[in-house]
Amino acid sequence: MYDVLIIGGGVTGSAIAREMSRYKLNICLLEKEEDVCTGTSKANSAIIHAGYDPEPGTLKARLNVRGNAMFDELCENLDIPFKRNGSLVVAFSEEEMKKVRDLYDRGIKNGVPDMEIIDRERLKKLEPNISDDAIGALYARTAGVICPFTLTIAMAENAAMNGVEFFFNSPVTGIDKHERYFTVHTPDNVFEARYVINAAGLYADEINNMVGGEPFKIRPRKGEYLILDKVEGDVAHTVIFQVPTKMGKGILVTPTVHGNLMLGPTAEDIEDKEFRETTPEGIQKAIEGAMKTTRAFNLRNVITTFTGVRPVPDTEDFIIGESKLVPGFINASGIESPGLTSAPAIAEMVVDIVKEAGLHMEEKPDFNPKRRPVIRFNELTDEEKKEVIKQNPAYGHVICRCETITEGEIIDAIRRPVGARSLDGIKRRTRAQTGRCQAGFCTPRVAEILARELNMTLSDVTKFGGNSKLLLYRVKELLKEDGEKNV
Amino acid sequence: MIGGGPAGLGAAVEAKKLGIDDVLILERDRELGGILNQCIHNGFGLQEFNEELTGPEYADRFIKQVKELGIEYKLDTMVLDITPDRKITAVNSHDGLIEIEAGAVILAMGCRERPRGAINIPGSRPAGIFTAGTAQRFANMEGYLPGKEVVILGSGDIGLIMARRFTLEGAKVKAVCEIMPYSSGLKRNIVQCLDDFGIPLLLRHTVVRIHGKDRVEGVTIAEVDDKKEPIPGTEKYIPCDTLLLSVGLIPENELSKKAGVILDKNTGGAYVWDDRETTTPGIFACGNVLQVHDLVDNVTDESRIAAQGAVRFLKEGEKTEPQPININPGDGVRYVVPQRVKKSRVEGAFKMFLRVTDVYENAKLVVDSDKGRLFAINKRRLSPGEMEYINVTQRLLNRFPDIREITIKVERG
Ligand SMILES: Cc1cc2nc3c(=O)[nH]c(=O)nc-3n(C[C@H](O)[C@H](O)[C@H](O)COP(=O)(O)OP(=O)(O)OC[C@H]3O[C@@H](n4cnc5c(N)ncnc54)[C@H](O)[C@@H]3O)c2cc1C
Ligand SMILES: Cc1cc2nc3c(=O)[nH]c(=O)nc-3n(C[C@H](O)[C@H](O)[C@H](O)COP(=O)(O)OP(=O)(O)OC[C@H]3O[C@@H](n4cnc5c(N)ncnc54)[C@H](O)[C@@H]3O)c2cc1C
Repeated sequence: MYDVLIIGGGVTGSAIAREMSRYKLNICLLEKEEDVCTGTSKANSAIIHAGYDPEPGTLKARLNVRGNAMFDELCENLDIPFKRNGSLVVAFSEEEMKKVRDLYDRGIKNGVPDMEIIDRERLKKLEPNISDDAIGALYARTAGVICPFTLTIAMAENAAMNGVEFFFNSPVTGIDKHERYFTVHTPDNVFEARYVINAAGLYADEINNMVGGEPFKIRPRKGEYLILDKVEGDVAHTVIFQVPTKMGKGILVTPTVHGNLMLGPTAEDIEDKEFRETTPEGIQKAIEGAMKTTRAFNLRNVITTFTGVRPVPDTEDFIIGESKLVPGFINASGIESPGLTSAPAIAEMVVDIVKEAGLHMEEKPDFNPKRRPVIRFNELTDEEKKEVIKQNPAYGHVICRCETITEGEIIDAIRRPVGARSLDGIKRRTRAQTGRCQAGFCTPRVAEILARELNMTLSDVTKFGGNSKLLLYRVKELLKEDGEKNV
Repeated sequence: MIGGGPAGLGAAVEAKKLGIDDVLILERDRELGGILNQCIHNGFGLQEFNEELTGPEYADRFIKQVKELGIEYKLDTMVLDITPDRKITAVNSHDGLIEIEAGAVILAMGCRERPRGAINIPGSRPAGIFTAGTAQRFANMEGYLPGKEVVILGSGDIGLIMARRFTLEGAKVKAVCEIMPYSSGLKRNIVQCLDDFGIPLLLRHTVVRIHGKDRVEGVTIAEVDDKKEPIPGTEKYIPCDTLLLSVGLIPENELSKKAGVILDKNTGGAYVWDDRETTTPGIFACGNVLQVHDLVDNVTDESRIAAQGAVRFLKEGEKTEPQPININPGDGVRYVVPQRVKKSRVEGAFKMFLRVTDVYENAKLVVDSDKGRLFAINKRRLSPGEMEYINVTQRLLNRFPDIREITIKVERG
């Protein structure tokens, strides 16, 4: 019997798992995919928002501002790349300037520190590439950019170090409520738990329906992005927003924490929660939107495009709390933007809710809030490089030449708690395959290391688990008469 | 030598033969030979050796010489940095971080394939999308075939070669889609790799969508108009499990930039003198890192030119050229290499490599200078897929003593 069972290994579930692991509890997390961070948490703007956007008084407002303030310590403890480079909301007309002032007022109400309204000159100084049509902006110094994969993975890893059990390829298909506990079903297993936390992202409404909680609906809303090569990384220094509309915060232009340039997202309601495609129209919209902010980027340097899907709740705010109809069932649902920013604050809140609900929670004396720092070869000084290679020669073997990722880093990503099991898992943990060649050169090498470390053949290597196999046949296999049978 | 492909190997051998003792090749892969190691088909070496070799055989001829001449090389060694004053930082597992001061550097890093993102195909992100070169490596070096129903986007040479390779493996190549009205591959490859196997080459076609959640299940292709935009109504669905991209090669010049080398926008490679010296004195470039070659024989040729230049630099030091001539691409010419000539140094002749912008039948390549026309050559066919070479002799240059600019253009009819 688990004390707490968490459904969903996105940023929300992982943050909750880590926060819960401070206590003497039996905890497990069930994730339907083969890894953490495969849902909304992997495809978003990766901004740690300042907190002037949400309506005052909402959970979003409170948790955003609180979450933002937690990031320095969190990133320090868990070795997560994070930069507080500040954000701008840029106005292109007097009318928009009014909205910018409204946002400032909202920020004050929400308790956002370090904001100011700046004029055209200041703006030009901060962002020399900004469009000449820009007339002023809200400047919020506490906003920043993060690596959303590392954020989620690091929290999951730290939770695992502190005793949380992770079960992958484990989609929850049914939940039965008993007097004092729940049974939770996956195709291969049955779990028993006293408290169930629903952090299933886009599918949180379906999980909620399985137990009969107060009804809500999650609608998918997609956003399309472009990522440009690092040569474009200097086009913007801060996170540059336009004035928000009712569909969201609009199309932004921002450097990523790794120094690429990102344009997007669009905002479009869709039907299919599994939609992950990019469309010519969406990409065009993202480009046109970004061009309003600046035209200083060269589209020849686009290295990839992607789509993220927001889990938009019909309640218009995060849904966090114990169900009145089903005691012991706790939602951390409808976590749309600013979900990444709020995650650590949501986790604190959920812990309080579980305490309140009656679970006896005693702190573990041996809780370790830190994880072993990740060696990022590329970021070391020459002296440090020499030292790590001396200790482990695998760090002298560069596998991904675009991002300079070594074999040592890839092996580490596989061997850590909640380690990588697929090419995409390696990519999210090390950035190998994410550079300008987009995996052309290193795929064979990374696949080889995965196969060796996990004791499998190259044919077993997948891009992201399941049927996403990379190589379907051996050479000559199709030429054998029975070749067809081996499909 | 940064890179131990045919360019680095050829340059090393030449430098050693010209009397330079201290020659070092740094290669990031686990063996010498560069991309040739995965090109197991034949067709290499017709110019250089007068016989048809496979890629590995061609490489082996040079690797043998490297060994016979006692040229030092380091494998599994990645060069991380080159400074303008030729300090090289490299890394490997046995020596750790290595710092080397070089008298001269020859850049021979080759090129990389353009990935999907750079061409922005909409649709999903399943497994089963490979650049043609990656598929080539899997098939020829690892012994795995990515799939058995294949569509190829782009008609670059590697894509064409892989169309044949997949077919010989018993897989079905359903189509090769090329967005341009002509192929960027060599004529001989179109005949030998597609036509001979009945594989359709669809010109003015592109992939507009990729289908499949876990693994590629199919692609939608469409015809394009003159602006390369898909024409609505021409979409066609082709079921397949693999999509190969052969949409161009990009010289691998991130290191060159660190060395302060200025690049030519048209080639993606360094801006060089005829002896292949870049804009950073003492740093030379040859092979695919300088311009994407069709034939390895030309890479070898170019590697010797670069080695000769580097040897001269080592012997004579940095010199300002008193009579520089700029070479410019004119109408119908996409690029010319070299971009500048050290006229006072030309011995006998120098060779210009160029590519045209479009297909031309019965046209002329005209070589003009700021002082008057040098000459013109009749060409039955010019195509962007086939590199052209023009020799310019010293005698011709001397016809106009004060020549400063040369322009090459295409004239129709
Ligand atoms: C376009 C876009 C831009 C955004 N930009 C920002 C931003 O800049 N800053 C910010 O703070 N926030 C941003 N967000 C919001 C943020 O990304 C989300 O709030 C956050 O990632 C949600 O995390 P989650 O863990 O709740 O959901 P998810 O990451 O989707 O995780 C849910 C997990 O549950 C699993 N799951 C689902 N069903 C089941 C089941 N039946 N059984 C087991 N597991 C299941 C899923 O596989 C998934 O891994 C953005 C979102 C989008 C889409
Ligand atoms: C995938 C692919 C397939 C090809 N197939 C054919 C074909 O079938 N037929 C044909 O005629 N031509 C083919 N070509 C063209 C072929 O590349 C050239 O003919 C020739 O191999 C180019 O020689 P090179 O030495 O300039 O480059 P390469 O052969 O690419 O060699 C460059 C070498 O530099 C090394 N290197 C790069 N960066 C570093 C660094 N930082 N540190 C250390 N070492 C480094 C690389 O590992 C590589 O070994 C192909 C090209 C590619 C990219």
